[in-house]
Amino acid sequence: MTTNLLLSIAWTHVSTRVRQTLVGMFGVAMGVGFTIMMAGLMQGSQIDFLRQLVDTMPHVTVEDERRSVPSQPAEEEYAAVGMSNVPNVTRRPGIKYPDTVMASLRSWLPGDVAPSVKTTALVEHGGARVGVTLTGIDPRLEVRVSKLASQMREGQLTDLSKAANGIIIGQALAEKLAVKNGNTVLLGAGQGAQTSATVVGIFRSGLKRVDEGQIYSLISLAQTLMGQSGIINQLRLRLSDPVVAQKVATQVEAQIGYKSVSWQEANADLLSTFATRDFIVLTVMGAMLLTSSFATYNIISTITHEKRHDIAIMKSLGMREYAVRRIFIIESAIMGSVGIVFGWILGYLLCYGWSQITIFNPLTGATVPLQIYYSPMHYIASGAISILCCAVAAFFPARKATRVHPVEIIRGAS
Amino acid sequence: MTEIALQVVGLVRRVQGVISHTLVDGIDLSVAKGEFLAITGPSGSGKSSLLYLLGLLDAPTEGEVIICGQPTSKLSETERADVRLTKCGFVFQFHFLLPEFTALENVLLPMRAYGRMSAKEMNERAMMLLTSLGLAEQAAKRPNQLSGGQRQRVALARALANRPEIIVADEPTGNLDTASTEQVFGILRDIADNGQTVVVVTHDAALAARADRRIHIVDGKIHETSFGIDSKPEVAAATGAV
Repeated sequence: MTTNLLLSIAWTHVSTRVRQTLVGMFGVAMGVGFTIMMAGLMQGSQIDFLRQLVDTMPHVTVEDERRSVPSQPAEEEYAAVGMSNVPNVTRRPGIKYPDTVMASLRSWLPGDVAPSVKTTALVEHGGARVGVTLTGIDPRLEVRVSKLASQMREGQLTDLSKAANGIIIGQALAEKLAVKNGNTVLLGAGQGAQTSATVVGIFRSGLKRVDEGQIYSLISLAQTLMGQSGIINQLRLRLSDPVVAQKVATQVEAQIGYKSVSWQEANADLLSTFATRDFIVLTVMGAMLLTSSFATYNIISTITHEKRHDIAIMKSLGMREYAVRRIFIIESAIMGSVGIVFGWILGYLLCYGWSQITIFNPLTGATVPLQIYYSPMHYIASGAISILCCAVAAFFPARKATRVHPVEIIRGAS
Repeated sequence: MTEIALQVVGLVRRVQGVISHTLVDGIDLSVAKGEFLAITGPSGSGKSSLLYLLGLLDAPTEGEVIICGQPTSKLSETERADVRLTKCGFVFQFHFLLPEFTALENVLLPMRAYGRMSAKEMNERAMMLLTSLGLAEQAAKRPNQLSGGQRQRVALARALANRPEIIVADEPTGNLDTASTEQVFGILRDIADNGQTVVVVTHDAALAARADRRIHIVDGKIHETSFGIDSKPEVAAATGAV
């Protein structure tokens, strides 16, 4: 009953002060709207970037080394024994029994696995010489673990088998060396082996370090360059859900003993940058919401000042101080909640507007629309924070105004 | 034995400040149930301050206000508010109606704050009060659409809403013309005759003379007490001044 009364008084105050109420709502709406827009933009660009990253890289890479030096039986047995100079690479490079390992992984893996040979090489063309990473792949299996096939600008993955010593190089590298599709380059390996190779395809991943420093060939060519026939020194996994890569990597490492690196681990530096960025964005959004609540503070201050007589009357009639105070907090909540709804609409429209803007992305070299991430969480969080800010913003002026002794005001009026 | 509605003992109200000031300086007073008491005095004599103390709007520095047998000096601000809500009805010189609400809604306010009746009962009582004060036609109007006398009568209806024991009025006719003054005073007289206690602060000696008893305050002290022409015998008995 009493709550009803407070509501009706609050509603009357708010609805008879249209201009003030609108200003208050506008303030809240701006705060909420811009917060949603920022959240959508920041998260959108982040997710977009991660998607590119995840698309370009294998989700988990297994290499023929161990994470730490294997402990020696003597060390395990006697505490006094200390062994040094124990290598943490296997004596013979390569993953042992790769086919068996892959078969066993395929049995439980939520995704697929493909073998590859990774080595370093020098590409020579027209007198220029560039050091690159050469990865020998199986074109039939490669399509299951990477997006390379879809990143091809010229040629196809299967063209690798069509030419003798065919290679696929990145677009940036091709430009650097002035190589065109079909040209022949000289390929040198670290071990001194040298062979000529034909460019049968050009790809573009969007990541500069890949486009400039990564080339692909058939497994056999890589093995020849390494001088290790039959070697497989890398298994690359692609998962149906990239998020679980870390867990899968740990599991794989536990099963086969080789170092397994998830894309999260490989990009820990980038991801930690994102964490910093998230923190900055959250701070800015919090500040925006807080600032917008100052409009509410101002308006409630004004209303409570104008309503000094009413406050005195209500208190003199015997309404309790906190009940009178609650009237103004309800008013703020009314302004806040309507403002939030307008803010949601504004936020959505702003997001939509931004998504119509296209910008040149230096990473991919393409002009793409701004990526916006739409999430109900943005709306819920900005609304919740905003309504809290409004309540707090109203509380202080309301408390100050309702503390006034009615006698002081009644004396002043008569 | 006549019932005492309101009693004050050794009431003192001091204002602390750069210059300390004594507004009410040791007043003892008993008001019988159904009595119409007028408080007069020059400006600044402390008559309004006394009234605010009687109506629990203000708390005394020393002394005790006993309303319907209940001592109030130990009550918290919230408890005092509750006593005001149920036992005291206020009428001020300035009508003090809530401007955005209709006459009817203003009268409903104390009842809704108290919340002991159904909405229907409250509406009926508010209409009954407005009708009895000749305001049935004005129920849906806002204060700014009413004349001064009408506003003051709405304020009276509001003061009566929760059936308080005591009606406390501070210069209720101060802003009114002669006809309205007469009307408001008549209503207060009727209220007292119906058994509710009325305490009125007024400048108007002619009106004060029509109260059951008149106390004249000077410098925060009772300077003089006199009885009205037609004062009720029980009032004199209650105050021991026969």
